[in-house]
Amino acid sequence: MTEPLLSVRDLVVEFPTRRGVLRALDGVSFDIAPGEVLGMVGESGAGKSITGAAIIGLIEPPGRIVSGEVRLAGERIDNLPPEAMRRIRGKRIGMVFQDPLTSLNPLYTVARQLVETIRAHLDMSEKEARAHAVGLLDRVGIPAAARRIDDYPHHFSGGMRQRVVIALALAAEPELVIADEPTTALDVSVQSQIIDVLKEICAERGAAVMLITHDMGVIAETADRVAVLYAGRMAEIGPVSDVILKARHPYTSGLMASIPTLVQNTDRLVQIPGTMPRLNAIPSGCAFNLRCEHAFDKCMTDRPPLLDVAPRHAAACWLVEEETQNDG
Amino acid sequence: MTDSFLKVEGLTRHFDVSKPWLNRVIEREEKSFLTATDAVSFEIRKGETFALVGESGSGKSTIAKMIVGLLAPSGGTIEIAGHRIGPDHPEAIRAVRQRMQMIFQDPFASLNPRWRVGDIIAEPMRTFGLLSGSDVTKEVARLLEVVGLSASDQGKFPHEFSGGQRQRIAIARALSSKPEFIVCDEPTSALDVSVQAQILNLMRDLQDEFGLTYLLISHDLSVVRHMANRIGVLYLGRLVEVADSKRLFTEPQHPYTRMLLDAVPDLALSGRRRKPVTGEIPNPINPPSGCAFHPRCPIAVDRCKVEIPAQRATPTGTAACHLVDDVEKVSAG
Amino acid sequence: MSETKTPGRLYRMWDSDIAYSFRKSPLAIVSGIVALVIVLAAVFAPWIAPTNPYDPSSLNLMDGFSRPMEPNAFTGNTFLLGADNQGRDVLSTILYGARISLFVGFSAVLFAMILGITAGLLAGYRGGWVDALLMRIADVQLSFPSILIALLIFGVARGFIPPSQRETMAIWVLIIAIGLSDWVQFARVVRGATMVEKGKEYVQAARVIGVHPVRILLRHILPNVMGPVLVIGTIGLALAIIAEATLSFLGVGVPPTQPSLGTLIRIGQQYLFSGEWWILLFPAMTLLALALAVNLLGDWLRDALNPRLR
Repeated sequence: MTEPLLSVRDLVVEFPTRRGVLRALDGVSFDIAPGEVLGMVGESGAGKSITGAAIIGLIEPPGRIVSGEVRLAGERIDNLPPEAMRRIRGKRIGMVFQDPLTSLNPLYTVARQLVETIRAHLDMSEKEARAHAVGLLDRVGIPAAARRIDDYPHHFSGGMRQRVVIALALAAEPELVIADEPTTALDVSVQSQIIDVLKEICAERGAAVMLITHDMGVIAETADRVAVLYAGRMAEIGPVSDVILKARHPYTSGLMASIPTLVQNTDRLVQIPGTMPRLNAIPSGCAFNLRCEHAFDKCMTDRPPLLDVAPRHAAACWLVEEETQNDG
Repeated sequence: MTDSFLKVEGLTRHFDVSKPWLNRVIEREEKSFLTATDAVSFEIRKGETFALVGESGSGKSTIAKMIVGLLAPSGGTIEIAGHRIGPDHPEAIRAVRQRMQMIFQDPFASLNPRWRVGDIIAEPMRTFGLLSGSDVTKEVARLLEVVGLSASDQGKFPHEFSGGQRQRIAIARALSSKPEFIVCDEPTSALDVSVQAQILNLMRDLQDEFGLTYLLISHDLSVVRHMANRIGVLYLGRLVEVADSKRLFTEPQHPYTRMLLDAVPDLALSGRRRKPVTGEIPNPINPPSGCAFHPRCPIAVDRCKVEIPAQRATPTGTAACHLVDDVEKVSAG
Repeated sequence: MSETKTPGRLYRMWDSDIAYSFRKSPLAIVSGIVALVIVLAAVFAPWIAPTNPYDPSSLNLMDGFSRPMEPNAFTGNTFLLGADNQGRDVLSTILYGARISLFVGFSAVLFAMILGITAGLLAGYRGGWVDALLMRIADVQLSFPSILIALLIFGVARGFIPPSQRETMAIWVLIIAIGLSDWVQFARVVRGATMVEKGKEYVQAARVIGVHPVRILLRHILPNVMGPVLVIGTIGLALAIIAEATLSFLGVGVPPTQPSLGTLIRIGQQYLFSGEWWILLFPAMTLLALALAVNLLGDWLRDALNPRLR
């Protein structure tokens, strides 16, 4: 097995507030192999954005990583000083954020922002960097890139801006790209274009992608594997087709069933009763136990770890244990 | 036709987006106008859910606002329950106001953060003078239970609730004046998927129980398919297709509808080949000539660049396309 | 689904973010105490002041220039903080003077607030020519220093009011003058906040059911724009107090028989270098303490109300 590009082990992130400490992430572990696309899915408050922020070292104080480790190609990056982390950001990990309006500086031309990033991380002259930038813009599908590179961000439409952001994220040839809700602010017809661009250009450059989103549809079309987060914990992780079609965690199956599709013909959508618990009111045992129709005694007292369902598919649910015992 | 509750004809709205007068004089520019909606006509029958689907720039929110009276139309007519409403008929608006309500997209901005939940829900009741005194409290408690919250939530403030719960409060507020017609502007777009399921189910239950008529505005085709009886598809301010809900998805008539359907991600992972979507929505200030969709249309012909297509009858409803009879042949080939 | 009782109102106020922020800020607590002490002292002046300096019959010119805490050579009276040139007890005059300063300050700010909020709400909600007109008036006014405007209003008032009434009306003219010079900042802030709130969906929800615009302004928008108003109000209070002192110092404020802190400072300034320092120092320190405390409270309030810093 090749060594994973990104390795996260037992990551715990806490936010001290005056009403107590909130655990935004409670022991999350996963790997991303080089070149793979891992989707990170969850609803608001589940902790998916925090995971991305923790990896790249952008957790807003007073929030902080309490324990666990993050390794990039084997070396720890979670305990680096800010200066070292800054060098990694951009060069080895690129970020694509949700809102292209605020990710690009409105006062500088696209050329300037791209060239600046390229020259900060790669050893190139101004001319070389500019040529590299034009090539990048061309690759992400901006028509007449050589001319448009000198435009300001507001001259581009939403979809075009997001392409520029993708180009910016890949400018320094990172090994990993973290995309946090990259298509949420875009129209439906543009979303599929942007996702395709992201996937292709990362595949070309061998960059792995961590795709954070609440949109299962985007995951279904783009990701190789997907991790489902719930209340700061990982509920399920595995290949996309396995998790979507053969989910083993009741939350995942409930989630999939509640999404309206273009093919089903039901009168009522399946709904999971209740709401995700607030971070300061997570029940003991399994975080999902109050809403789960299959919950039994052990679920109320013991928190389930990720249990293997199949070689690369795991779910944090005591039912898995029950079933393997019954099978075995 | 059968009892039509709402009838909209030739509804048009322009916005003046010209630069300030001084700039125009110095730069010698003409006034520029944005046509948000252009001659939109449709009908909603009593008790049905009619959906307007479109992306940004389609004008769907503008239409919703004109119907509830937040914006005045620049042209065309709106007729609600037989009353023609418009700026020249202020009494008609008053007569009709009590019969309609609106639910908004953003559950965080649609409730006044300084008001208690009980007062928020009671406002329509009080404004129309329907109830007073302790009857109000009782009715508010009842409405809270109807939408799945508890009566004791009356005294709380909106920030104490989650997004889904706030949307329930918004629904309770919409119900408090006992309307017949509710305009829902992207009611679940800002909510998580599992919460969306709860809210959509609630809306369906309420419709069955109270015989409500809904105008549902959304960009999400799957939601619309689940909720609506009939669907209207908007593109750059024009209605390009109207069809029965299920049939819109099995037999789409307009090329834009097909493109939208192709863009919906395939959650069944059936391996369906998605046709790549071309281009982006043009700038509404300078729309393309003729049919607004022709630059992106796979089957556009010369006529499409010149002539705005009229609504033609199709087996499923109507569609505004010159090639609507040939569309099936062309796409099959 | 909630079984816990909603805690009582007083507890909720104590536990709220604002109260917590106050308790955590030593500067806010100290300023609050100082301001409170001065305000209470001023309010209860008639009861706690040793003498009534505004009663000419109680004054004895021979008391004049008495040093603090030393018995007067002629009359044998001892004044804690000394006596001014007319024999007024400085301590009593500070207490009564603070009373006037605070009264004028509060009233002027209140007047400015009402005027400014009304103008801001109208301009922000109606837009168009109403907005343009009000904002141009505001712009014109801003190009003059506020003290000059106050002086101007004073001069105009002097022309209207018959001499016999001038003394009694002086305080009201003062309040109006300071208030009129100050309304613009409230109007600006409220206008901006109104324009933001106007676009929000809860306002649209009210318009859909046909709520009258005035009701929308007062019951929906106003409560949501008050935050920054309060911050400006506290700082405006400090400025109004200083403005009153300035005007009294310049001789156009309160009548000389009812000296405020500013008047005392004017009197004291004349005698500072001839050795009677107490006439200037104590009123000036009081004014400083009051204005500073109010200013610091305003600073704390602004930070406490800033959602990003919470």
